[in-house]
Amino acid sequence: MHDKTLTELAASLEAGEFSSRELCQAALQRIEQLDGGLNSFITVTAEQALANADAADQARKAGHAGPLAGLPLALKDIFCTQGVRTSCGSKMLDSFVAPYDATVVEKLGHAGAVNLGKTNMDEFAMGSSNENSFYGPVKNPWDVSAVPGGSSGGSAAAVAAGLVPAALGTDTGGSIRQPAAFCGITGLKPTYGRVSRYGMVAYASSLDQGGPMARTAADCALLLETIAGHDVRDSTSVARVVPDYSAELDTSLAGLKIGLPKEYFGDGLDPEVETAVRDAIKVYESLGAKVCEVSLPHTHLAIPAYYVIAPAEASSNLSRYDGVRFGHRCEDPTDLEDLYKRTRAEGFGEEVKRRILIGTHTLSEGFFDAYYLKAQQVRRLIRQDFLDAFDDVDVLMGPTAPTPAFDLGAQKDPVSMYLQDIYTIAVNLAGIPGISVPVGFAGNRPVGLQVLAPHFAEAQLLGVAHQFQQATDWHLKRPAFGKEMA
Amino acid sequence: MAIEHADVLRAAHLARVGLSEDEATGYVDDLSRILEMVDQLQAVDTQGITPLAHPLDATQRLRPDEVTERSQRDRFQACAPATEDGLYLVPRVVE
Repeated sequence: MHDKTLTELAASLEAGEFSSRELCQAALQRIEQLDGGLNSFITVTAEQALANADAADQARKAGHAGPLAGLPLALKDIFCTQGVRTSCGSKMLDSFVAPYDATVVEKLGHAGAVNLGKTNMDEFAMGSSNENSFYGPVKNPWDVSAVPGGSSGGSAAAVAAGLVPAALGTDTGGSIRQPAAFCGITGLKPTYGRVSRYGMVAYASSLDQGGPMARTAADCALLLETIAGHDVRDSTSVARVVPDYSAELDTSLAGLKIGLPKEYFGDGLDPEVETAVRDAIKVYESLGAKVCEVSLPHTHLAIPAYYVIAPAEASSNLSRYDGVRFGHRCEDPTDLEDLYKRTRAEGFGEEVKRRILIGTHTLSEGFFDAYYLKAQQVRRLIRQDFLDAFDDVDVLMGPTAPTPAFDLGAQKDPVSMYLQDIYTIAVNLAGIPGISVPVGFAGNRPVGLQVLAPHFAEAQLLGVAHQFQQATDWHLKRPAFGKEMA
Repeated sequence: MAIEHADVLRAAHLARVGLSEDEATGYVDDLSRILEMVDQLQAVDTQGITPLAHPLDATQRLRPDEVTERSQRDRFQACAPATEDGLYLVPRVVE
């Protein structure tokens, strides 16, 4: 069962080959036996999951099963789940039991999906390796000496190891796409505003977006059509009709215009990654697409602009953790200032503090114009690069990350870690959607192709990814990890 | 723009993050290198470019000024570290 895609499992449940209870029980067993070697889950909600699986089985018998009825999933531990700890990978929220569900959690519940638990992540989604979690690093199932990527590393590793067929992640600078690439799965960051952020713990509010991580583009389509849509509780969610993504997967690629940004194939790109990506692009040519080179001239400014804007927004968003209303509180505070300072010193990890300090510094008096305003102006230039490119081509393609997954502990310097996101970060600044699709290996570690499309062109993105997966079998490769277990 | 020890302590105080002198010293180096990387922005001519605050250039939607939430104080205070009689407890601020 664990090798099947979400779409296949849905068909099997519908055909009565097995029940949701059997399916979820098998998945929970895999988690119990295998996750000790990966650390991809922070919390497993077995009891609640089996009750929901039974409810889905009954709904199916009664003839009113939802589109995801009985299908097991996992949620990055950034999505609030009522009655279940929502830690965001932080000591600060280790004891926080959310009093409400995030909108996407509610929507998945209405569709009948069964949540098996909450996945590990870099603390407050700040990181590219999942090594910044209070709950310890996650390992990559393709090679347990490698990182799974981050910040949605737990979700990516859990899907890659067949613990769950799909999971939700969030992406502020590449946090769905890069771990998807490192773990050999398919991950979609939707357009900013496509999926509600209500109940999704905020990191950088003008960049954060939730999205699906699964084995195939078809599975991502199935999930996206469930979680997307306008939400009055998120003032930045967009009131726009949600297309039937699954129905649009089969659009032919004949005549599709693909742009290859020359800045995405420059210095620092691992040669094996480049080969795998260029081979994938040849497959697209054989399917009738036309390929040309384009330029996104402000690409080199994306990481500098991001490391002003994201920490600035984070320093503001994370000011809510004050030891008063929820979360960690220090022992025996002498006064209010001591309460704030010690609570936050104890509750936040090093990378989170680093970003709070940078954000606070760049927003402080005397620095605001030179940093924040300047970064926002550059952000417009970066977005304009994409808009100009999409005047000439339908989609852009390149590597998701410059290298395959690196070794645990290998990136010690924060700035070199930040540079890992060189191809993904501009996409968040521009707000456009992007998907990472597995296209091969560099040694024993997977390589992802990133495909980008204009705002709200998720249907095209998913179709382009799906057509590739119809013609190739990279998405069907499974790691040796956990293979011995049925 | 370099960052100095005093800047780190100032930011830590503004953000109410407790930091010892030694810890601050550790951050000076990290933050300096981050800001050095960020300083590439200064080389770009951005005269006349409107800052982009929202990736879709959208503005905040307005809604009627009506109460839509019901009071759920007990439920929300169940997450708090210390409450009494429906109030959040903090160290005494007024003698």
